[in-house]
Amino acid sequence: MNTQVKSRGPYKRSMTGWWKRDPFFMKYMVREMSALAVAGYAIVLMFGVLRLSQGEAAWNGWLAAMKSPLSILLHLTFLLGMVVHAKSWFEIMPKTMPAMHSGGQRVPGSTITRTGWAVTVVASLVTWAIAAWWKA
Amino acid sequence: MNRITPSNAPIFWLLFGAGGVLSALFGSALVFITGIAGPLGIGLSADALSYQRVLGFAQNFIGKGFLLACIAFFAWHAAHRLLCTVHDFGIHKTVFVKSIFYGCAMVITLVAASSLLSVGF
Repeated sequence: MNTQVKSRGPYKRSMTGWWKRDPFFMKYMVREMSALAVAGYAIVLMFGVLRLSQGEAAWNGWLAAMKSPLSILLHLTFLLGMVVHAKSWFEIMPKTMPAMHSGGQRVPGSTITRTGWAVTVVASLVTWAIAAWWKA
Repeated sequence: MNRITPSNAPIFWLLFGAGGVLSALFGSALVFITGIAGPLGIGLSADALSYQRVLGFAQNFIGKGFLLACIAFFAWHAAHRLLCTVHDFGIHKTVFVKSIFYGCAMVITLVAASSLLSVGF
């Protein structure tokens, strides 16, 4: 009786595990999952400023936690996620932004992507320089 | 008769986009500095993440703004993107599900903002 009820209505293909069906979908899922790294890091950084506001002992506790092997491992996966995100973000950018023109010619997508990556490298170097030479 | 229904979606897209750009530009370097190089002392001095130094950075107007922008926009970016991704796994964007994701981003933003305000200028 149950099977009879089930057979009513049009056939619907199951969507379970749909993203494993095609390499393109897998790539999409990897890209979307990079948001987990962004979310995780936002939470870590939020706790950082929270502990900072609670004084030196609290901050040192946070810093000690950041030195634990588990935290290092976590941040290595965050780093991987961030790199995937930076790479894919600028790959998609030509498709999501309005068309750009220069000298009557449309700026090719590859130029926009490469410019984004180049700016990322410069921003990373500047961030590193500030971390290394900032004077409190 | 055409009626345009006002939508709050552009607000979330804007936050998603801002966080997307910011995390693409600075995310990798920040994770490496605060999560790997700083704690392990690779290429940075031992006091790179000392209380006095980080406090000074958080009290600086630009440093404070940068930290808040990173934490808040990263959170809103991730909340929106993960909200769209759980939809792909069959969890649909009901008001309840949206409230959970955007609510988390809001809490992270408020905690970061109040902490950064309380360290002073």
